[in-house]
Amino acid sequence: MWSEEITRNIQTVAESLLREGKVDLVLGYQAGTSPVRTAPAFIRTPQEASLLVWNPFCENNLSVYLPRRKERVAIIAKGCDARAAIVAVQENQISRDRLVIVGLACSGIIDRRRLASAVEVDQIRGFSLAGDSLVLETESGGQVQLELSGLLSDSCQTCTHRSAPIADIFIGQRMPEREVEDEFAQVRSFEALSSQERWRHFMDMAEKCIRCYACRSACPLCYCQECIVDQTQPQWFGKTTATEDVLAYHIMRAFHLAGRCVDCGACSRACPMGLDLRLLNKKLQKEVKELYQYVPGLSLEEMPALGTYRPDDPQTCITEK
Amino acid sequence: MTEERCSQGEKSGQDGSWQPKVVAFLCNWCSYAGADLAGISRIQYPPNIRIIRVPCSGRINPVFILKALQTGADAVLVSGCHPGDCHYVSGNYYARRKFEIFSRLLDYLGLEKGRVFFSWVSAAEGENFGRLVKHIVDEVKKLGPANKLVKTIS
Repeated sequence: MWSEEITRNIQTVAESLLREGKVDLVLGYQAGTSPVRTAPAFIRTPQEASLLVWNPFCENNLSVYLPRRKERVAIIAKGCDARAAIVAVQENQISRDRLVIVGLACSGIIDRRRLASAVEVDQIRGFSLAGDSLVLETESGGQVQLELSGLLSDSCQTCTHRSAPIADIFIGQRMPEREVEDEFAQVRSFEALSSQERWRHFMDMAEKCIRCYACRSACPLCYCQECIVDQTQPQWFGKTTATEDVLAYHIMRAFHLAGRCVDCGACSRACPMGLDLRLLNKKLQKEVKELYQYVPGLSLEEMPALGTYRPDDPQTCITEK
Repeated sequence: MTEERCSQGEKSGQDGSWQPKVVAFLCNWCSYAGADLAGISRIQYPPNIRIIRVPCSGRINPVFILKALQTGADAVLVSGCHPGDCHYVSGNYYARRKFEIFSRLLDYLGLEKGRVFFSWVSAAEGENFGRLVKHIVDEVKKLGPANKLVKTIS
């Protein structure tokens, strides 16, 4: 949920955490270069806490800054951010006793491409929130009112955990979950296509990809010190933008997130070419959930799906002769 | 390397027919010994397979499979000890989860079924190994050369 009160509470909590010396750093959001953008904020002194903002433009997953961080850190976390932080803790990328999760409930963030197709973003001078709608003030002094539900990011539309599942401090009220009929509906309809059509789709995707690796940088769980596509000895994959090389990268990127991806959608939002990278991630989430009844980022005790086993796991892939 | 890459159009059969190349990752303790048994038992099976011995099926990174398909293999077989028989106790259990997910991902991408095989072959199953290889080679011959992931430089 978004309100002035929550923003003030975030600032107060950040200020007191820093003042009392409980953390060295608060990761949050500050105003961006345009009224409808925010930027990650690294708050290190109590005075700076007043810079923090909280609105539906807080699209970054701040957990991307957690792995290997040495100082004690507090993170302002939406449901998906908190889940990513939990996976990072599970995978020993940050120790739990150095991490303070400041949990929030999020009713979904605005996809800036959707916003740009609805209004001239350059003309926006400010915004306010009124219930379920976003009121934009334009350069000419006019107002444009838009329904928030029509602007939500794809991952938010099928979000199943809007509130941080684990939080040391929770600001505001936990929200009831969105009624999502089938979070994998898109995957199921894609599966229904013929294999040629699916291959064609991914080849088209690979053709558009410019291999900027923004998806990898934005992902809170792509934290390897040396990514497999950067290795040169041995060099597993070609570094060109030939479709086959690009596809190999995307296959491995998706596979490495199997049983770990929390579906925050940061990869798709970061993609400058507007590729729907979640189509791959969501498929693996579906398989992991169906095969191993595992949903990542909800518990610190459970092992990630591919880091454990059961003797009676299904084995439909096995050829018996 | 260049020669190895150009599987397409390679005619190496006695009758000049196209012969697929199958890369097989076999675990040291069961499947490699199974293949060895097939050999010493003089069991006939197609010679299209190139064996790479690995310590355990859990050693297999799906990258190996992709890389093989990119560089000229027409099919890939990964085989290890039966569940419960792993020399390292649980390597094949972890492998099974990886394979299950990876094969579903490849299928979803639209890669033909019948390019990547996973199996369990014990050290006593020489005959099964022969049958498995024959089955794979038959399947791959139906599909023809694997070129979906092979980079073509025009």
